[in-house]
Amino acid sequence: MSVLAHVFEATGIATIVLSSVREMAEKVSPPRALHCEFPLGRPLGRPGDAAFQHDVLARAFALLGAPSGPVLVDHPEVIEADEQPVACALPPRFDPNLPAAVDEAHGIRKAYDRALARRGVTSVGRVINADEVPAALGVLHDVAEGAAWDAAGIPGGNTTAVCHDIRTYYEEAALELVGGTSPGGRSLEAWFFERTAAGSTMLAARAAMRDAGAKFPVWFYMAPGQR
Amino acid sequence: MNGDQAMRAHSATIPAPRFANPAWVTPPALSAATVAIVTSAALHTPDDDRFTAGDTSYRFIGSDRRDLVLGHWSPNFDRAAVAIDLNVVYPIDRLHELAASGVIGAVAPRHVSFAGNQPDDVATVRLDSGPAAAAALRADGVDVVLLTPV
Repeated sequence: MSVLAHVFEATGIATIVLSSVREMAEKVSPPRALHCEFPLGRPLGRPGDAAFQHDVLARAFALLGAPSGPVLVDHPEVIEADEQPVACALPPRFDPNLPAAVDEAHGIRKAYDRALARRGVTSVGRVINADEVPAALGVLHDVAEGAAWDAAGIPGGNTTAVCHDIRTYYEEAALELVGGTSPGGRSLEAWFFERTAAGSTMLAARAAMRDAGAKFPVWFYMAPGQR
Repeated sequence: MNGDQAMRAHSATIPAPRFANPAWVTPPALSAATVAIVTSAALHTPDDDRFTAGDTSYRFIGSDRRDLVLGHWSPNFDRAAVAIDLNVVYPIDRLHELAASGVIGAVAPRHVSFAGNQPDDVATVRLDSGPAAAAALRADGVDVVLLTPV
């Protein structure tokens, strides 16, 4: 973002960066930056809080009045990510003959469909669609159980993309299951990886691939780095 | 160290280009300025080309579109925020409210989305795709750009 600010400024457009990594803003020195110590992925701070978002914008636009730069100002409020799993009920086991993650993915489908109907758009679909999520989890289950990852039939042959689709399917469904509450930053991530069979399966498959000698980018980006 | 702290610590170590003699633009009064958003969230419309891993290109987003897909490849941020409230990443409704109340002059007819996970030298966005996107917004009459990361 800070690099692009210099590029856009050079064409005659005034720029303001909402910085999320202060050290990077200090190094690149964009003309104007408002550093926002908010959860990563939420540069305007609080979802569903128009007043707070307007406060951020007002502080950002105020930087246009500076006579010279670079200008780097901190938003006065710090919002920490919430690393506690959001309280979100999961469906009971339905078919004990299926791997738990596969059974679970079938079980939350109705919630996912409600989310899609409400929003009209989904970020699932990079390499698989919602219909294909249970089967993809079946493949990851096999990998976690010892199947050769490069012969297991990972959809699209792309571990990062298929894990994106699975996690997004769960997180979009979860938003329909949390009863109108607005989960804190990373609390859905924590729920997915710490509470769901799909998250456990994904981490187990990732560890199996790492231990089997898969190249770093192939396994590492299946989950957040700290996991 | 929690997830955000780990990512911020890592991001702080990424090599960054230095800009000698950086440009500085004095914009028109905000109440007369046309404002656009440039995001690095790799948002795109469902009918547009998806972003690939390490994609250095960009997509335009019409000012009337809200049906946006998160195309960013990193698993290391709150990816659900866009589904909770698009404006927490891409404050398009907030800009329209500011235009309606006269705080800003106008909302640009289109906005720009890049993917934040760039190669370390960021050469393409510096020298090719970035200037091309900027020129397009300048041709649209944009005076001010708000840049939002994820």
